[in-house]
Amino acid sequence: MTSNPTPIATEQVFGDPSTEFEYPGAEHPAREYQLNANGLQIAVHEWGDPDAPPLLLVHGGFDFARTFDVFAPLLAAGGWRVVSWDQRGHGDSEHPELYSWDADMRDALTVFDHVSPGRPLPVVGHSKGGALMTQLADAQPFRFTHLVNMDGIPFNRRIPDVAEHERTKMVSAEIAGWLDHRRTTATAQRKPGTVEELAARRGRMNPRLEPDWLERLVTTGGYESADGWRWKIDPSMRFGGFGPWRPEWTLMRLPGLPMPFLGILGREMEEMGWGTPPEKVLPYMPLDGRCEILEDVGHFVHVEQPDRVSGLVLDFIATPGATAGGAA
Amino acid sequence: MTAEDVTMLRHGKVDLALHHLRDAAPAGGRPLLILHGLGEVSAKRVPAWAEAWTGPIAALDFTGHGSSTIPRGGGYTAELLLADADAALEALTNGDPALSITVVGRGLGAYIALQIAGARAAQVRGAILVDGPGLAGGPTGPTSQSFFSLPTSAVTPDPYALVELGRDLRPPDYATQFVRLALAGSDLDEPIAVASVFRPEWLEAVAREHGVMQATLAEALAAYAD
Repeated sequence: MTSNPTPIATEQVFGDPSTEFEYPGAEHPAREYQLNANGLQIAVHEWGDPDAPPLLLVHGGFDFARTFDVFAPLLAAGGWRVVSWDQRGHGDSEHPELYSWDADMRDALTVFDHVSPGRPLPVVGHSKGGALMTQLADAQPFRFTHLVNMDGIPFNRRIPDVAEHERTKMVSAEIAGWLDHRRTTATAQRKPGTVEELAARRGRMNPRLEPDWLERLVTTGGYESADGWRWKIDPSMRFGGFGPWRPEWTLMRLPGLPMPFLGILGREMEEMGWGTPPEKVLPYMPLDGRCEILEDVGHFVHVEQPDRVSGLVLDFIATPGATAGGAA
Repeated sequence: MTAEDVTMLRHGKVDLALHHLRDAAPAGGRPLLILHGLGEVSAKRVPAWAEAWTGPIAALDFTGHGSSTIPRGGGYTAELLLADADAALEALTNGDPALSITVVGRGLGAYIALQIAGARAAQVRGAILVDGPGLAGGPTGPTSQSFFSLPTSAVTPDPYALVELGRDLRPPDYATQFVRLALAGSDLDEPIAVASVFRPEWLEAVAREHGVMQATLAEALAAYAD
């Protein structure tokens, strides 16, 4: 421990840009640094003119900031300093002892305070990042000029009718499985493989994404050691889980949001998505909000259609105060 | 009492202190695990109320408490503490799923005792829920609570533990789910005992469930003794 006060940004380049696979339109961030978030090092990545007005991009669960390598440069070309960070345990950020929604929220505040101290800014969140930012926009609206939520509106997926004792069995197995996993977390490691193998594994979760894109993802979100490539994400993290939180509680925060709101939802349901039918969201639009529903697009709207989605975002944030249905 | 006997258990990136307050007697007997309340530390000797217990007695310091690790930047949930308790269960049963323990939880520890009784129903032979710090917890639904950083030091309890575990959501129907899991997986008719005077909403709901005994701490310990 030092006696110096902490939050200081430490510039550095994460990973080795020379080993990153090429992909059309993909750019390594122009600037990268670490922020000290209450004792934890959080990796921040920026694209675009450092003197342009800032905009925040927030990634989803099991993703990382570099999943914006194509999307962020398109927004930067629209005149923005685009800033994203790796959530704790993801990408190039440190692997902490604990994970929670509140902790992610506090880490986010460290980035907000560093990037735009005392001034609101536009925020774009995908998936879990969209849900986090929807709750933060409700709790701390003064930080936002605009909020864009890309397929990050949780919804209560009803499991088809099952008998009560069957439901008990399912919950029991889920919790026991999670505890069994916790017993392995002290020594767990991600499974190594070739770039192609890691891309294929990820492709099973994202069948709509191109193999070339997934392979680049491995080279930005993974690291290579003697026995192969591994994802950087903390091996103690596990998809799923349980707890008292209910997905519909995020939906309830939407109608009261005071800043202009744009939802961009993909029609096609995918494993990493929330399974939210777009029509279910429409009744919850805030007064200054609207939704774009993209047909034949999955959960990763900004990866599948970066030009169209960045266009929607740029139109939306360039017209502060645009009212429902008012933008082209 | 002899000098303090502590085992450090590794749970993820955290070291948990399990205090062995009494060793196994020659005649055996089921281990008793004591879970402390929010902001407390484990007792260092057998509490007077547990003197009559015939088996070994141990007490766990939760993450961020007592002699256990202080995490960087918080992130506490009740479910993480459930996994802390599961690490103690594994240690006290030597990893043998055929062996079981009895759990007494104070305050926050009572909520965790309920959870482990449901999550490891076959291995928890009675969970006793008593008064203590952190019994109420947070609200039962979505809230307007904000988010902020806290000053920390190298000393437990961790302020993030105090704040995050003091406001964690405790919907009654989430709590009662653990009673149903306990009942479904235990061969006891009443695997959970509510011995607290104070009954916040989640605990009132638990106390009303089938399979939950209302008893004093002494009565409940006697009921789960064999």
